[in-house]
Amino acid sequence: MSNTRKEMTLNMGPQHPSTHGVLRVVLELDGERVVKAEPVVGYLHTGIEKTMENKLYYKALPCTDRMDYLAPMSNNLGFCLAVEKLMEIEIPEKVKWARVCLAELTRINSHLVWLGTHALDLGAMSMLLYTFREREMILDIYEACGGQRMMTTYIRIGGLAHDLPPDFDKRVREIIKVIPERLVDYENLLTRNEIFINRTRNVAVISAEDAINYGLSGPMLRGSGVNHDLRKDNPYSGYENFDFEVALGQKGDAYDRYLLRLKEIRESLRIIEQAIDGMPEGPYLAHVPGVVLPPKEDILFKMESLIFHFKIITEGFKSPFGAVYQGIESPKGELGFYISSDGSNKPNRVRVRPPSFVNLAALPKLVEGGLFADVVCAIGSTDIVLGEVDR
Amino acid sequence: MKEVLKAVVNVFLKMPLGFMVTIKYFFRKPVTLDYPHKKRPMAPRYRGRHYLERYDDGTERCVCCGLCAAACPADAIYMEPEENEKGERRARIYEINLLRCIFCGFCEEACPEEAIFLGHEYEFSDYERSSFLWTKEQMLVQHPRKDNPFKRIYRRVRKAYGAPDKIS
Repeated sequence: MSNTRKEMTLNMGPQHPSTHGVLRVVLELDGERVVKAEPVVGYLHTGIEKTMENKLYYKALPCTDRMDYLAPMSNNLGFCLAVEKLMEIEIPEKVKWARVCLAELTRINSHLVWLGTHALDLGAMSMLLYTFREREMILDIYEACGGQRMMTTYIRIGGLAHDLPPDFDKRVREIIKVIPERLVDYENLLTRNEIFINRTRNVAVISAEDAINYGLSGPMLRGSGVNHDLRKDNPYSGYENFDFEVALGQKGDAYDRYLLRLKEIRESLRIIEQAIDGMPEGPYLAHVPGVVLPPKEDILFKMESLIFHFKIITEGFKSPFGAVYQGIESPKGELGFYISSDGSNKPNRVRVRPPSFVNLAALPKLVEGGLFADVVCAIGSTDIVLGEVDR
Repeated sequence: MKEVLKAVVNVFLKMPLGFMVTIKYFFRKPVTLDYPHKKRPMAPRYRGRHYLERYDDGTERCVCCGLCAAACPADAIYMEPEENEKGERRARIYEINLLRCIFCGFCEEACPEEAIFLGHEYEFSDYERSSFLWTKEQMLVQHPRKDNPFKRIYRRVRKAYGAPDKIS
């Protein structure tokens, strides 16, 4: 039997270190050229959407942490905003500002991990160590706020789990001071690095038209020069009060997206500074009896609070009949939660619009026709988290 | 030609800047810890292993109301009630399956008696699956306690949560 096929099929993953998890890509190669690429997902499927259908609203919240585990606060925020929209809860001003501050810290956190791993994929080992050092400071803030470093569950329906920690202001200001200095180091290491430029310039290019047609969002879309940012276009949680620029790329290649994400970190720092300077005083929870858990200190001294506490924990709260969609700009793109309610105390259906999954769908477009070695660069620059892709 | 010149400038003038960064950190103090020998202090609100608190006279605070089991998103808590010699309700069986537990801290928040607390220990590895089914005896704090480390955590947690520092 003679083999007349010119292409070679190569199976990349699911245990490949550069696929950032358990992604499998089936590649058709003609020499060093990629003819066809097909991402295969589902190896990390945990049924989070289905699990959430069987949980009370407040109990479904920890599930969201575990989707995009590099940006837990963004996921919490998206789900909480969706439920608050459904329940029509008015959120105190302080909570909004604190949430913006935490969401932007999360963006920095996610981008730092992306920067480290992406550079590591391309051979710059030391970047990972430097970025994780800065990420540690953000994780320390998470720990001080919510008590856990990754699965924070800090943002709750109707507010925050606890008040902001006493030294929150000091810690955040330290981050605002330290990270710009470290960004200069990163730029010295990578921006003018000839190897890095050669690996990323004109690699994994996607045009603005294609990016829109594939439904991409986040840095993948803005890297091609499309000005679309939900924080500006459809402000949520008080983003309209903040002054910041939307970072844009031009060519839509991996190098542009690298510069764009660095700029996003700088813009996030600007937003954080505004949020921490203008943080209003007030309660950390909305006062909605029967829906939002009363503060712990009230439970100990007030009978009424104790009754609501028992009711909410055992039965949850009844949601009105209907459906809501709330999209937020997570570090990876548009993260949307669609909740359909049948009037009971559990969601009838929760559908997540995961940015990683949609962005991953454009992978064949990014790599086909390019070199085999650039597949790693394309996957890295897409910035996927497989926990979110498969859910 | 211009491209080549740019590349030459990059290699000879810009890339040494990168090497300077690595050399700079070579002489700095390391940021890592010698982990098993040295441990970093955990934040006051850190959610680690569970403790069951007692009153000062040694009776258990837990009245087996079942709120923690109701609040648990992972269904990790199982309990059965009984009455003690004074006729007060308490838990006969109180088990937490640490293999299921996701350390979300909902039990701590739900508890109206402030009986269950998440402490600061985080090293749980073991060889047997059965050793992760924690019973009441394993989680109850010692009584009488001499130095009472738990009370310190408890005070700190209450302070962190902004509750009045009152322990009855």
